[in-house]
Amino acid sequence: MSDATAPAAPQRARAPIPFSVKLALSFVTLFVLFALFGHLLTPHGFRETSLFHRLEPPGTEGYLLGTDARGRDLFARLVTGAQITLVVAIVGTVIGAVLGSLLGILAAAKRGKTEAVIVAAIDVQASLPIIIVALFMLAMFDNSFTLFLLLVGLNGWEVYARLMRGATLQAKESGYVTAVRALGASPARIYLRHVLPNILNVALVQFTVNLPLTVLLETALSFLGLGVQPPLTSLGQIMSEGRDRLMTAWWLTLLPGAIIFCLALSVSMIGDWLRDRLDPTLRSER
Amino acid sequence: MTGYILSRLLRAALTMLVTVTLVFLFIRLSGDPAAALVPPDAPQEVIDQYTRALGLDQPLWQQYLGYVGGILQGNFGFSIHTGIAVEETFLDRLPFTLHLGLTALCMAIAIGIPIGAVAAIRRGTALDRFVMGFSVFAFAMPNFLFGLVMILVAALAFSTFLGGENASVIWPALTLGLAAMGSFARFTRSSVLETINAPYMRAAEARGIPFGMRLVRHAAPNAAIPLVTLIGLSLGALVAGSVVTEQVFAWPGVGQLLVRSVATRDLAQVQFLVLVVAFTMVIANLIVDFLYLIIDPRIRAK
Amino acid sequence: MSEPNPEETAPPAPLLSIDGLTVALPADGDRPEAVHEISFDINRGETLCLVGESGSGKSVIGQAILGMLPHALPVTAGGIRFSGQTMPPQRDAAFGAIRSARIAMIFQDAGASLNPVRTIGAQLAEILAVHGVSKPARLPRVLDVLRDVALPDPERIARSYPHQLSGGQAQRAVIAAALLLEPKLLIADEPTTALDVTTQAEILALIARLKVEHDLSVLFVTHDFGVVAEIADRVAVMQDGVLVETGDAQDVLRNPQHPYTQKLIAAVNPTPRQLGSDDGAPILEATDVNLIYRSGFLGNRKALHAVKDVSLSISEGRTVAVVGESGSGKSSLARCLLRLEDIESGSIRFKGAEIADVTGAPLRKLRQSIQVVLQDPFSALNPRQTILSAIAEGPMIHGIAPDAARAKAMELIELVGLSAQAAGRYPQEFSGGQRQRICIARALALEPELLIADEAVSALDVSIQTQILDLFADMQRRFGFAILFITHDLAVARAIADDILVMKSGEIVERGPADRVFGAPEHPYTAGLLEAAPGLELFQQGSAA
Repeated sequence: MSDATAPAAPQRARAPIPFSVKLALSFVTLFVLFALFGHLLTPHGFRETSLFHRLEPPGTEGYLLGTDARGRDLFARLVTGAQITLVVAIVGTVIGAVLGSLLGILAAAKRGKTEAVIVAAIDVQASLPIIIVALFMLAMFDNSFTLFLLLVGLNGWEVYARLMRGATLQAKESGYVTAVRALGASPARIYLRHVLPNILNVALVQFTVNLPLTVLLETALSFLGLGVQPPLTSLGQIMSEGRDRLMTAWWLTLLPGAIIFCLALSVSMIGDWLRDRLDPTLRSER
Repeated sequence: MTGYILSRLLRAALTMLVTVTLVFLFIRLSGDPAAALVPPDAPQEVIDQYTRALGLDQPLWQQYLGYVGGILQGNFGFSIHTGIAVEETFLDRLPFTLHLGLTALCMAIAIGIPIGAVAAIRRGTALDRFVMGFSVFAFAMPNFLFGLVMILVAALAFSTFLGGENASVIWPALTLGLAAMGSFARFTRSSVLETINAPYMRAAEARGIPFGMRLVRHAAPNAAIPLVTLIGLSLGALVAGSVVTEQVFAWPGVGQLLVRSVATRDLAQVQFLVLVVAFTMVIANLIVDFLYLIIDPRIRAK
Repeated sequence: MSEPNPEETAPPAPLLSIDGLTVALPADGDRPEAVHEISFDINRGETLCLVGESGSGKSVIGQAILGMLPHALPVTAGGIRFSGQTMPPQRDAAFGAIRSARIAMIFQDAGASLNPVRTIGAQLAEILAVHGVSKPARLPRVLDVLRDVALPDPERIARSYPHQLSGGQAQRAVIAAALLLEPKLLIADEPTTALDVTTQAEILALIARLKVEHDLSVLFVTHDFGVVAEIADRVAVMQDGVLVETGDAQDVLRNPQHPYTQKLIAAVNPTPRQLGSDDGAPILEATDVNLIYRSGFLGNRKALHAVKDVSLSISEGRTVAVVGESGSGKSSLARCLLRLEDIESGSIRFKGAEIADVTGAPLRKLRQSIQVVLQDPFSALNPRQTILSAIAEGPMIHGIAPDAARAKAMELIELVGLSAQAAGRYPQEFSGGQRQRICIARALALEPELLIADEAVSALDVSIQTQILDLFADMQRRFGFAILFITHDLAVARAIADDILVMKSGEIVERGPADRVFGAPEHPYTAGLLEAAPGLELFQQGSAA
């Protein structure tokens, strides 16, 4: 029980990365490589049609994954679809994360009326599923890729705002912030050096929850024909086009579907692992 | 307690008001509202009547008051394409969506909560890992893919088509409820884990209360409190999911109506459906808040 | 309730007998065994105090007697006999009901040991139901025990939920639950640690009364020799899983053999310190300070008047202790003086200059001179900042060059008794006492003229408390700053203060030099606090004899 002068317990050795998480990491890497360099592996462009090669099954000479009803190479279309899905997922998730986090931190830092307004906005958003908001806006305004990206970006901002507000309030009330305030630190120093580093984990973990949700939102809207519009394509849009030929040309829907599923699965598995590792007390927010 | 009820009612009213205001503003931003609210073949006097009724020559705030007044009196407008009042079309479709949505919710609760609780009680076993695996699977599975795979399997293996209004509700409901089932399982697990390790559980053990009784009488009521919130929140996910699921299974519900209205830019119909969804969610959240009063004595005391 | 028992006619044998009990810890524990070869007896009608600090293994013994040891903590040697019968220490469903009828337990956090969503009455009736009491007999019996533990209006308490009870009432309800089945042995695990001193005294008196009325034996687990002096017949002292001393309570208290026991006893009855000079100029003067916390909105507004018309003055080099129970407003007062809260009215002068309305950059500059050490050393340090950077931050904020600030921090690290290697490490790697040393170093790095310590030792074990209090006194001698020490613990105040302020409900009810306030309290509240403080009375008699 002596109050020894040497540090007590050295930090516990980090647990090795579990196999399932390694698998998930490999899939995400593979997906990104596929999106970036996949076009090098097929001679066809994603809009190039061929009347002689319509609805070819996977494995056909020259068409590794087959073709669609207009004779377009599915492999090339999947590469482009993966690119668009990746861009929408990352840009969309970043928009929501930054917007939501800033609002959440602002609410906690300012308190008072600012906080009341932001909390009211969170309540409103929480009572309107984002897909409904997106459908409303798409009905009101011309569908453009920019509008679509912004709408997808709104996905989950209110969750970031709520989480970051809570985390900031908690950090603000913590002993170390009180002590640093008492040292005479400026608000900028308090927030940048002390609050932010301690609440970033919360946003990081939520990012891994939100990214798959954004992928699913984008693909769902595109699947409904209300998202990414031809001639551009995304994984959901490819599925939407292949849907009517489900019985005869399963590869047109099941291959992009499987990619979406594996991507969402991998990211959320990585997220779970990250949450356990960063802070076992963080509650899942889904 | 009165303070709690009042503040919740106030918040609900405020949320609804903000939603109505936003919808109004976006409709004004998007084009001519008179043309949007009347049937395309409406005679000139009807358009004039609407223009006057909507007061488009008046300042924006008067238009706004007129809009809110119209909603309060039940004038929601007519579909561009069918000319039918938007609420009538909606009411025709509603039973299908309720049938689908409630079945999905029941399936999610009836399966998700028990497996989550069992996973918590048998923590660390293969069963636990299986349930956790299932919840990640359910989270990541796009409902349109799951629905299509089911349709494909049914067609190939049993030569049946799982769609349309006469088909069984089970398959679309399973598709719709899958994600909620996964999140209920996961959340129940963490909620039960939290309660079974609580000090009052060990105290109950020391007082000789048997395991099953501790679980049912002490752990369950406490674990249920956060679950009520989750079920309330999941309604939003179910509404969102029904849009896609109804499309996949050609289920003639409100979700399908919404997608069709958006695709054909039937603004009056879309606007009405958005307000209905918001209203439903606000009421659902209100019910959750009031349920708390019943299940959590600590809130009653406030 | 109890039927005639053949055991009672047998020749007097110990009710509980623990013989060579050894419990292993899991492989990654900080020592191989939780407890090692523990042996002691508890006789019928006797109170044994098991004394030890956190990590001493005292709670493991309680769990073993109740048969609630988790399987991760296996018994490797020895055993437990109760009424002549061998009891399995590990979880065993078959024994649960038998054991719980004869051995009852009460806990440190009484509120948390009651189910928050069920009424007290329902929870107590359930215990009776499990042990086969018929339905109509349950409620009268529940009301009986609630009356027995002196709860006012038992009918209302039975209908209440745990959150509607105060800490003391909750502990009484838990004691009632323990008494329901007329047990032979009551295990009390730090049952008064979370309570205010007056409530603690009431609960201790209640346990003493019930012991006689119900012919109970009590195993009282505590870290506080003050409590031992109040309640124990015999005492057993544990350190790091080993029993270091056992004996008759009076003998151990007056003539402790083991150095560890001596240290623990000294912590309860500290030698009043050498008084600081009282001719210094006032550093900080507060006049009629009021603080009101406001919350809620519209019809739901609430206001809490936390500090009412408080005036005080602290002179150079003096130590002033503010003593009060929880909710007395003493920490709010500290926050006002630190200018962390904006006061409602009144004046705060630092070396003659008004500081109550200073804001912005001038306030930040002023903060150099008034520093703080907080209660919870675990939250007081940023987990993402190394020790060196935490201590050097203050000087750097106030314009000292980084190199010079770090050099100063290194100096302070050694001065407060940490090794130089500590500098590059993170707070998580240190114990509570070590962290409090780091917090003191951080505060001292600014060379303050006033140090405000808000319950700075309450979260620490008693033996560590003594070390930290010594460190405060040491540093004060070296640097000459004044100290305002906020505490609920009279022994701590006695150990460190020149002057005492007693606070109650936001007001100062008594003030004066420490020896006068402790020796001849003027206000009845102060007298009551001293009366209630466990052990003080005994030691005062002891030193007089």
